[in-house]
Amino acid sequence: MVDFFGLYNYWIVIVLAMAGMYIVIARGNLIKKLVGLNVFQASVFVLYISFGKVSGGTAPILLKGVVTYSNPLPHVLILTAIVVGVATTALGLALVVRIRREYGTIEEDDIHSQDGHT
Amino acid sequence: MREYLILRVITKLLFPFILLFALYVQFHGDFGPGGGFQAGVIFAASFILYSMVFGVRSAQHVLPVGILRAGIAGGLLLYALVGVVDLLLGANYLDYSPMSAEAKVGQHLGIFLVELGVGITVASVMMTMFFTFATWRED
Amino acid sequence: MLREHLPVLVIIIPLIAAPLCILFRGRDQAFGIALLATWGSFACSAVIAAKVMASGTLSYELGGWPPPIGIELRIDALNALILLIVSGIGSVVAPYARNSLLLEYVEDRSYMFYCAFLLCLCGLMGVAVTGDAFNLFVFLEISSLSSYVLIALGFDRRALTASYQYLIMGTIGATFIVISIGLLYQATGTLNMADIAQRLPEHGYDRTVIAAFAFLVIGVALKMALFPLHQWLPNAYSYAPSTVSAFLAATATKVSVYILLRFLFTVFGVQFSFDILPTAVPLTILAILAMFIPSIVACFEHNVKKVLAYSSVAQIGYMVLGIGFVTMTGLTAGILHLFNHALMKGALFLVLGAVFYRIGSCNIDRMAGLARTMPWTMAAFVGGGLSLIGIPMTAGFISKWYLIQAAIEKGWWHIAVLIVASSLIAVIYIWRVIESAYFREPPEDLQNVKEAPLSLLIPAWILVFGNVYFGIETSLPVSMAELAARSLLGAN
Repeated sequence: MVDFFGLYNYWIVIVLAMAGMYIVIARGNLIKKLVGLNVFQASVFVLYISFGKVSGGTAPILLKGVVTYSNPLPHVLILTAIVVGVATTALGLALVVRIRREYGTIEEDDIHSQDGHT
Repeated sequence: MREYLILRVITKLLFPFILLFALYVQFHGDFGPGGGFQAGVIFAASFILYSMVFGVRSAQHVLPVGILRAGIAGGLLLYALVGVVDLLLGANYLDYSPMSAEAKVGQHLGIFLVELGVGITVASVMMTMFFTFATWRED
Repeated sequence: MLREHLPVLVIIIPLIAAPLCILFRGRDQAFGIALLATWGSFACSAVIAAKVMASGTLSYELGGWPPPIGIELRIDALNALILLIVSGIGSVVAPYARNSLLLEYVEDRSYMFYCAFLLCLCGLMGVAVTGDAFNLFVFLEISSLSSYVLIALGFDRRALTASYQYLIMGTIGATFIVISIGLLYQATGTLNMADIAQRLPEHGYDRTVIAAFAFLVIGVALKMALFPLHQWLPNAYSYAPSTVSAFLAATATKVSVYILLRFLFTVFGVQFSFDILPTAVPLTILAILAMFIPSIVACFEHNVKKVLAYSSVAQIGYMVLGIGFVTMTGLTAGILHLFNHALMKGALFLVLGAVFYRIGSCNIDRMAGLARTMPWTMAAFVGGGLSLIGIPMTAGFISKWYLIQAAIEKGWWHIAVLIVASSLIAVIYIWRVIESAYFREPPEDLQNVKEAPLSLLIPAWILVFGNVYFGIETSLPVSMAELAARSLLGAN
């Protein structure tokens, strides 16, 4: 039972991931979809950093007199993933600006009806 | 006008310190949190702050589009060419050891150059994105 | 000296050429750089393929750090085949891009197109070359981001929404892959794919590993447009510029199938993926649905590019069916179909690009009577179409033959019948286009259309010729596919 609440990191990951995915699926506004995507990616970052932690370890920067460090590899992986996420968000926003210019709206339903889709 | 005065003065005061902090973060990546990407973003943030307060045109006076474009390409080229130099020096790609007499110094130099390339590219990309969106005309 | 560095040269040639395209902004200079880069990496891939067929797996340590500490580039027969496909299509599409873009893109900004194209090529080849799981994700995202950009360059405004939809779905897929890699790292403590494969049996197949497997299969299915997750593909391929459709249709989904193969067979192992977990069943069912439903939808579309896009979804079904058999013949069939489909779809989309260049539309009614005015172009379409159906003496027949053989070997006669039936549906939608082009009168304003320019015809005919050649002289692709299948199945 202690483990159930002690693993609160992973509960946060699950809540963020589900919230993010729900926003992407359920919201019609294009920018809100991008925000949902960001929340979803943020949950992945928390997941990686959670299992990089070593009990009793400090931040993975060499200091005198410290023996145990947290695992630095997940931190590096997350830096890369953050950069990828930033690039994706920037590209998505640029697309939204262009879509707004061409269609006059950023609501998915209006765009679909303008294109004649159901 | 009055409230803008505070913004203008503080921005002018802070601007060099933000740039200095960006350089600090850039070159202390192996001793503390930092590195190319973070430094590039801070560097770009200072210019974006400046252009928000003083107008995009004055910021573009300092960094015209051509220089930013060269920065984007140049940073990536610096990274890739450091690896090619290692190839030519006889080691594997991105193996920095032969870049100096001692392997340790070579590694340090290699990481330094590579992070510099990353910092230049990231700063240029961030600023280009901001300037592109800021000068967008609805025509 | 250069020969030992070939695995990394294949990536850095396009990677260095991409920023050079930005620095040299002239239209011809950027085109020249792109041409040299794609031909250079094709040459490197050919040499790598010869080396791998002769002496086995190539391994290269990036940065001089030995695996599993460092990133390792690991090329066996499957990787070499994918490298050949991607760089081959890239080097055929690059000369084509120059004139095809004249109509569909702003001329003085074509250097940006070549930069994005080279980055996409670099990313796709990086996926094929690397032996490190997270490095694979990074290269996959490099190629995906540049393909979102390339698709959004289409002149039709629906290209923007298509690219946006692809961005959302592709990023969700990539994030699922990252979750999976993270869970695998948590279980084994390493990111090197061969090392994970060694450590997984010791760790045991607990819930972490099963979750990682599930996330990976769904993420890769999103990227490769397996049947119910294919929503982004028809719009993305129809509204993108023709050059981009040809390049992406022939390479992007193939590389995602490669990722599926690599993780299912090498990292997780045949025993876990197919004996402990019943993966073959849903894969086979989805593959059969993919073979039929998109093909039937394709029969009703008026935009020929959309017909070909739905046909691509169907062909992915054939590849996954081959994987689902989990036998030597089945895997060989699936991998062969990777190679052949790249040739087929590449040729067909290049032909459509030539058609669009002359008449400004790919609508099936606007293409009426085109065979009279553009005979060589439509003959190339017939060639590619016959290969798509699977007529003997074309490349498409070889992979379908192997698929049917694999089905009969397992005693699944009904699946063999289904494969033949879905090929008949392909006859319907190819015949619609041929009937319109050869047997109808052209519309009034298109009576004097000229034949497509040589720079557009020659790449298309090279690919059509490749279809016929590899349908008759099958030793190269079949031997590479068999070697790849053997190494995948016998990996552990």
